[in-house]
Amino acid sequence: MTGEKRAGAERKVILRTEGLTKHYGGVRALEDANFELLDGEHVAIVGDNGAGKSTFVRQITGVERPTSGKILFDGQEMDFQSPVDAREAGIEAVFQNLALADDLDVPSNIFLGREETYFNLGPFSFLNEKKMLQRSQEALEKTGVKIPNLHNAIANMSGGQRQCVAISRAASFASKLILMDEPTAALGVQETTQVENIIRGLKKRGIPLILVSHNLRQVFNLVDKIWVFRRGRIAGMLEADKTDGNEVVSLITGVQSGVHENASYI
Amino acid sequence: MANQAQAVSDSAAEMPQKRPRSHELNALLGLVGIALIFEILGWIFQGQSFLFNTQRLSIMILQVSVVGIIAIGVTQVIITGGIDLSSGSVVGATAMIAMSFAQVSTYPRAVYPELTDLPVIIPILIGLACGIVAGMINGLLIAFTKIPPFIATLGMMVTARGIAKWYTKGQPVSFPTDSFAALGQGMTPVFIFLAIVALFHVALKYTVYGKHTYAIGSNEQAARMSGINVERHLVLVYTIAGLLAGLAGMVIAARGLTAQAGMGIMYELDAIAMAVIGGVSLSGGRGSIIGTLIGAVIFGVIISGFTFLRLDAYYQEMIKGVIIVAAVVADVYRQRMRPRSR
Repeated sequence: MTGEKRAGAERKVILRTEGLTKHYGGVRALEDANFELLDGEHVAIVGDNGAGKSTFVRQITGVERPTSGKILFDGQEMDFQSPVDAREAGIEAVFQNLALADDLDVPSNIFLGREETYFNLGPFSFLNEKKMLQRSQEALEKTGVKIPNLHNAIANMSGGQRQCVAISRAASFASKLILMDEPTAALGVQETTQVENIIRGLKKRGIPLILVSHNLRQVFNLVDKIWVFRRGRIAGMLEADKTDGNEVVSLITGVQSGVHENASYI
Repeated sequence: MANQAQAVSDSAAEMPQKRPRSHELNALLGLVGIALIFEILGWIFQGQSFLFNTQRLSIMILQVSVVGIIAIGVTQVIITGGIDLSSGSVVGATAMIAMSFAQVSTYPRAVYPELTDLPVIIPILIGLACGIVAGMINGLLIAFTKIPPFIATLGMMVTARGIAKWYTKGQPVSFPTDSFAALGQGMTPVFIFLAIVALFHVALKYTVYGKHTYAIGSNEQAARMSGINVERHLVLVYTIAGLLAGLAGMVIAARGLTAQAGMGIMYELDAIAMAVIGGVSLSGGRGSIIGTLIGAVIFGVIISGFTFLRLDAYYQEMIKGVIIVAAVVADVYRQRMRPRSR
């Protein structure tokens, strides 16, 4: 807990990667990524397809193990063997492909893999459904999510409701950091707004967030800093209030000029 | 935000809501309907009641119970999104092996003449161990080599049947001790079945084991991401299925007082049919032990009903096939009716 400081900011560094690299055989998906996130900060990761955004997220959340490089989380060097390790350290993730069990209800999904039980009998421990229901209600309330019947199977819910459950799950357990990989990619306008409101709520609660998004409007609305990835490398970091769409797009594409004012990214 | 908070408390207030009508209730209504049809046909063609005949009912319940024990194990396997085709053959192999350790000393051609009149616990433990080993091999193959469950258990189906035949070179094994035979006498198989039903109903509905079983069948990747040890859980589920098949093998052998290499042929399909009729979805994630119990009784009523109507055994086989396919078609249809965004 060295509590490293940046010029002009007295905040603790919550996550830092040093030379983080991931190769899949000959494919260099992520190369020498030096990333930094301060406590309470919301940052976005943007980049073209194949820029290494999702690869980066997979290393941080323990889904994969990096080829080389260091991950320092909350002042300590981490070597996550699995998503469970990352979760135990206080990192929660909301993935693109909704890691929810469709046939289970909301409390079961929120507590999946860490069920509340009465007494420990290994796999045959009895579930404390009452406590899980109550704590699920609290978690959803905290994130401002409205779900009419928590005992409904997730499959019967809209994409927005499902995403809200996934985010509530992350928010209710994440003590230190939440990662979201394209949380609104599959959602309608209204549902996207709802998810964005939840993210603003997290900001108020001071929970740091890394948001992977293709939607630059959303990025500018929500985050403090924008990290741009290009071809497996970090192309640069921009402060959201000191830059504009053009600068971000030129970093994404690697082209300084020739990007039209109304580029399709925006 | 204030509106949303209000909305949440509203939704919390209206929490105790009804769930949609369950598959179990549908299956139960189906059971009542089918039984009534046979009752009516009985009066028309046989001039007697189908349902109010204790002898027929007890035979039917006994038949259901033996295959039902297997069906409980198969139900869990199907809920994980898998399938177990080996249970019928495991029944045959276990029946032979367990019986060979349960023979009386007065029978001159015992398989192990020096190992006769053993306490009943020995053949029972050996039989359960056979089932556990077969199930565990299934589970390990499926969890760690990523072979589709269909192929892994098909291999075990052929292998276990081979073992059953090789064990005594095709000779039946007979003359068990009284205490071993007691496993299958009278209504004991029914009590064993009901105890298994109660045990696994609780395990699937109220324990972490059940929650993880449904989660894996529902979305294996999500289960893995959530920190469930999917491999270990699958091995456990298949091992339990093997154990139950082994138990059924001993009950069948004890009931018939003999074990033959051909015992349990096609039982795996009967067990799968019972589960699917009871609303267990072949695509995983849905179904229940109570559903399978009702499915087993429906299956028994249909078979017993056709026998009662003196329908030729060949027709019965054909109709069984149609029932299995119809149950799967119904499941596929149910799947299409529900929204699923995966």
